[in-house]
Amino acid sequence: MMKHTVKLAATGEEFFCREDQNLLQGMQSFQMGLPMLKLIPVGCRGGGCGICRIKITTGIYEAKKMSRKHIPEEDQARGIVLACRVYPRSDLLIEVLSLSH
Amino acid sequence: MRKGVMRPGHVQIRVLDMDEAVVHYRDRLGLIEVNRDSLGRVYLKGWTEIDAFSVVLREADEPGMDFMGFKVLSPDVLACLYQELVDYGCQVETIPAGELDGCGERVRFDSPTGHYFEIYAEKEQTGKWGVEEKNPDAWPEDLKGMRATRFDHCLLYGDDVDGTVDLLETVLGFQLAEQVVDKETGQRAAAFLSISTKAHDVAFVRHPEKGKFHHASFYLNSWEDVLRAADLISMHDIPLDMGPTRHGLTHGQTIYFFDPSGNRSEVFSGGDYTYPDHPVVTWDADMLGKAIFYHARELNDTFLAVVT
Ligand code: FES
Ligand SMILES: [Fe+2]
Repeated sequence: MMKHTVKLAATGEEFFCREDQNLLQGMQSFQMGLPMLKLIPVGCRGGGCGICRIKITTGIYEAKKMSRKHIPEEDQARGIVLACRVYPRSDLLIEVLSLSH
Repeated sequence: MRKGVMRPGHVQIRVLDMDEAVVHYRDRLGLIEVNRDSLGRVYLKGWTEIDAFSVVLREADEPGMDFMGFKVLSPDVLACLYQELVDYGCQVETIPAGELDGCGERVRFDSPTGHYFEIYAEKEQTGKWGVEEKNPDAWPEDLKGMRATRFDHCLLYGDDVDGTVDLLETVLGFQLAEQVVDKETGQRAAAFLSISTKAHDVAFVRHPEKGKFHHASFYLNSWEDVLRAADLISMHDIPLDMGPTRHGLTHGQTIYFFDPSGNRSEVFSGGDYTYPDHPVVTWDADMLGKAIFYHARELNDTFLAVVT
């Protein structure tokens, strides 16, 4: 399974994420010598609560259905997504955003 | 003072993907799928419930709770409470019989926390699932997953908790069983209301946004069953929120986890009881950690922040 690098634009911190993992699963996977990463807030892990909202500035990904309350179509078109619903298809550069409301 | 409202009757939950949601509520929680209607909604119930259904799933773009319904004693009570709700100042709407398959006329009203509630007097009764009506055996053998016995209560988040408590106490006869109060300001952070002898039938936590859904809860028979639910959560890689542990408020034994759309589910066992002459149980707000998670004695990151 292809593994990609997800990098936070602000700090340069990064983690690996497989193509069959959403970004939160990738972030929370065990990585030798590292504590569990807490780069993106983790909530419901189902695209419902909006706490894991991020902007993907570079890279290719697939997104599953997520709450329109937190990600209106216009936002999604600009790369704003919920990390728990996004599966990488290339290396990604991301920004962590706050809750939408 | 009781006003003829008997018990929780149903909850309609919005889900992002119906197929995934049905796996969660039917195969994992172990509710019985009883019906699908012309709008594509799926109806389920716990096996001990005598009504035709108690949980309705509706596919939508945004998860959360559409409404929670309570059953009243009779059509006369329903008519009387309709008028009282109007007089109180609620937006009241009558939903015709049959809008939910098998349910009679419903009276729907809004509340100061932004949640929609309903009362109704009639719903088809199909009896407990899998056991005979006469000489019933203890339980049916072919239950799935956590074998949830019944839909028990909801915890809801919203701003004007005092407003909704007053509405439910004054008009519908709910009893404030437990509360969390800030010692300095006197402000109520949470309220647990009973319409029966249970510790709670609906509960509220103060939160800046209106109309939010924290969890729907289902009753299990024992702590052993709560541990078994925890095993199933790991076996099926279901997102876990907290537990298995005990609540300080109501003292139930509990586990919180999420459905595939991010709505929280709870299964629990045990817990306190409430008679009409019981004084309100009060927890200090600075003890909220212990009040919610009695063993960890601190809130996790998600309890106050993660809602749908
Ligand atoms: S964790 Fe709730 S939307 Fe991603
Ligand atoms: Fe609960």
